[in-house]
Parts: sequence; C-alpha cells; structure tokens
Amino acid sequence: MVELSHDSRPIIGRGPPLGATFLTLALASIGLMVADVRYDQLGRVRELLSAGAYPVQVAVDLPFRAWHWLTGSFADRSRLRQENLELTARLRLANLQLQRFAALEDENRRLRDMRENSAGVADRVLVASILNVDLDPFRHRVLVDKGARDGAFKGQAVLDAEGIFGQVAQVHAETAEVILISDAEHAIPVQSNRSGLRTIAVGTGDSDRLSLPFVTVESDLKAGDLLISTGIGGVFPRGYPVAEVTRVDRTAAATFALVDARPTARLDRNREVLLVWFTPPASTDGPADGTTTQPAATGTTEPAADPAAETPQ
Amino acid sequence: MRPSNFARRLLYWASVALGLVLAIVPLPDWLGAARPDFALLAVVYWILTSPRIAGLGYAWLAGLFLDVLCGMTLGQHALGFVLVAFLAHRSQLRMRMFPILHQAGAVMLLLATYHFLIFWTDGLTGHGYTGWNRWLPVLSGALLWPLIVAAGDSLTRRSR
Repeated sequence: MVELSHDSRPIIGRGPPLGATFLTLALASIGLMVADVRYDQLGRVRELLSAGAYPVQVAVDLPFRAWHWLTGSFADRSRLRQENLELTARLRLANLQLQRFAALEDENRRLRDMRENSAGVADRVLVASILNVDLDPFRHRVLVDKGARDGAFKGQAVLDAEGIFGQVAQVHAETAEVILISDAEHAIPVQSNRSGLRTIAVGTGDSDRLSLPFVTVESDLKAGDLLISTGIGGVFPRGYPVAEVTRVDRTAAATFALVDARPTARLDRNREVLLVWFTPPASTDGPADGTTTQPAATGTTEPAADPAAETPQ
Repeated sequence: MRPSNFARRLLYWASVALGLVLAIVPLPDWLGAARPDFALLAVVYWILTSPRIAGLGYAWLAGLFLDVLCGMTLGQHALGFVLVAFLAHRSQLRMRMFPILHQAGAVMLLLATYHFLIFWTDGLTGHGYTGWNRWLPVLSGALLWPLIVAAGDSLTRRSR
C-alpha cells in the first residue's frame, strides 16, 4: 500500500490528525500535572483512579503474602516453641517496664497539664501492613493497605515498633503511600535525648543513614546519642525515637559538623507499621499561650497537617 | 480469517496490563534501578505492528495507569507515553523496515527521549534524582527489544 503521509490510519474515519491528537493529549497531561502539583486538586480523581490500581497492586502482593503465610504455617514445632519462649520472655520484660512507665506517664501528664501542654502523645493507632510493591527505585516510598476508607490522611505519622517510620504522602481509597524518613526529600525535626539539642534530620536515600546537616561544630552531640521527635510542625508525635547518632565529624575550619545517624525503625525489613492519630501540640514548647488542648476522643480523624512543614520541596 | 478489532484491542490492553504488573513487581535493589519500561515497550511494539488500532489515546491511557500505580505526579508518565507514541507513529513506516538491531537502536532513542522527559518533569516538580543509574532503563529496554519483538510476533503470527 502506497502512502504519502506519515499517518498510516485509514483515510476514511481516521479521526483528527495525529498532531492534533498529540497536542490535545499532551496538553491534557500537562494540565493534570499542574493541577496535581501546583494546586493539589486531584484528591478525588486520584482516589477514583486508584480503585482501578488497587486490584493490580493486590495481585502483585498476593504471591508474597501467600509465601509468608505458607512459611508461617509450615514452620517446625521446635522453632515455634523457641520463638514462643523468646516472646514470652520479652513480654515479661516489657510488662515490667510498662508498669514503671505507667506511673511515669501519669506523672508526666500531670506535670505537662500544669504547663498546659499535654498534647502530642499518640491517642490511637492502626496496624497497617506494607504491600510488596516497588513504586520507585530512587525513592523510599512504600504502599500500605490502609487508606482513606480507614481514616488515613495526608501527613499522618507512621511508626513501627522501634521508632518513627515515615509519614503518609498520598492517600488512596484502599491504600496509602508512605514516605520513609530515609527518603532524600524527607526531613524531620529531632532533639537529642541527652542534651536536648534541637536540629533537623534529613533523609539521604540510604535506609541505614540520616544526615544532620545543621549541627554546628560547638554543639553538644556525640555518637550514641538517641534522637527523639520533637513534635514541632505537628506531623509527628513528640518523644518517639527517630535515630541514633553514629558519627560526628568536627573539623575546626567548618561551621557545621558532619553528623550521621541510623534510624531506629527497621525501614528496610518490616511488614507491619502503625498509623498514628494524636493531637498536635498547640504551642510548640514555647511559653504556654493559655489554651489547653485536650487529647482527642479516640476515633476522630485529625485535619490533615501540612506535610510541607516537614518536607522541604 | 482476521480476528476482530475487539480481540486485538483486548490483546493490546492485556499486554499493557502485564507491563504494568511488571512495573511494580518487587525486584532486588541492584536490579530495581534497571527495570525496563515493559508497558512502554508493549505500547511501542503495538504501534509499530498495527498503528491503525493502537493509537495515541491508547498510549496516553497506559501512561495514565502507570501514573496511578506508581503515582508521583499524575500525568507525568502519560505525557512521556504520548510523546513516544507520537514519535513512533511518525516514523513507524521507516522503523518497521529496520533490521532488528537497528530497530533496537531506534527504540533506545525513543526510550532516551522518554526518560529525559521524565527526568525533566521530575526536576520541575522538585523530585529530581540526578544519579547515573536512572538512565539504566534506556539500555535495558533496548537490550530487551528483540525479545519483545520475538514474543509479540509469535503471539500474532497466527492472526496475520
């Protein structure tokens, strides 16, 4: 068949010319991107579209889940016994500590009430499991199986058993995308548990390392210090472990020290995480402004805190 | 007898769906960066073999689905897909005549265009990642192209 134009569709009923279709669709995509990035207008659209994506994601996750289940149900008896013994021992230890902490927490709350600042402690948690789905090789994001339907919201704090894990970056109907604290675009305000020094821990794109770029050489910080969340910014509840300082490099000529920390949460090998609801502190540890914030009633969702406060773009 | 256009469309969408599944299947970290763009390769293949059925709208929707699945910015991959589809459409009469290695080279150019566009829009939206390994899919996609063609040809031989 001899054709003179580039367009090889049939001449009759070929529809609009190729260039026009291309231009329309390209403009549509650019419009979508602008609406999504600049105006953040596509929450509903995304939710609807993700209803189509959800089955695919579940289908990809299913074999891994089945394998996990299989290895769990066919584990041999002696190993299970061993594991059970270990867990019982750990539980006993944890309970012992908990008794002490219950008294301490009570005392702490009373003291804080006196300072009219009792908020910032996690009120309600929801266990979510991570789907085995690769979103992007260059970003530390995971997909969890709880979404808008379970009350998750953008900017919600995500914890695991050992510390702060990340925050919700995108909510779909059934799933939510969580950005880890180790993502290169994520930053979290932290405080040294020993010296009370406040600074910001920035992700590096390496799941074993956070970087603390704004620590001056004179600051009181040393390897082994535990960094906890401050609650400033209202995204993360205060007082939860974030990372442990692994290296402090001070060169006399420089203004800032080179500080690395290792996240306490197990970012790269975890299947279960906790979505957290809490009342953000009204005043960020400054002089009390006279407003007493009560802990939120369980079951209510907080208005989405602005994640931009925590993640510099 | 030729299969109906409907059956063909079904086949095209099924291959794109497979490509989308492969786009999110977990891979080891060292391999994850080099993951070829299976969905895009499928789209390009179908545009080259039957441009009358696989059009720009098809490519755009496939890209939009990829956006929804991997979701950073909605519309980003859709734009990349539609650009590649447009270029493939324009040059498909020539590209079909190329020997397979030559064709793989042309596909590599298409993939490079696509990844440059993604890189560029990433930078515009403030998510720029500038490591060298983000360009690996261009190479792996081009290396995979002969296999895609072989698989697609064996799939459609009966219907030609």
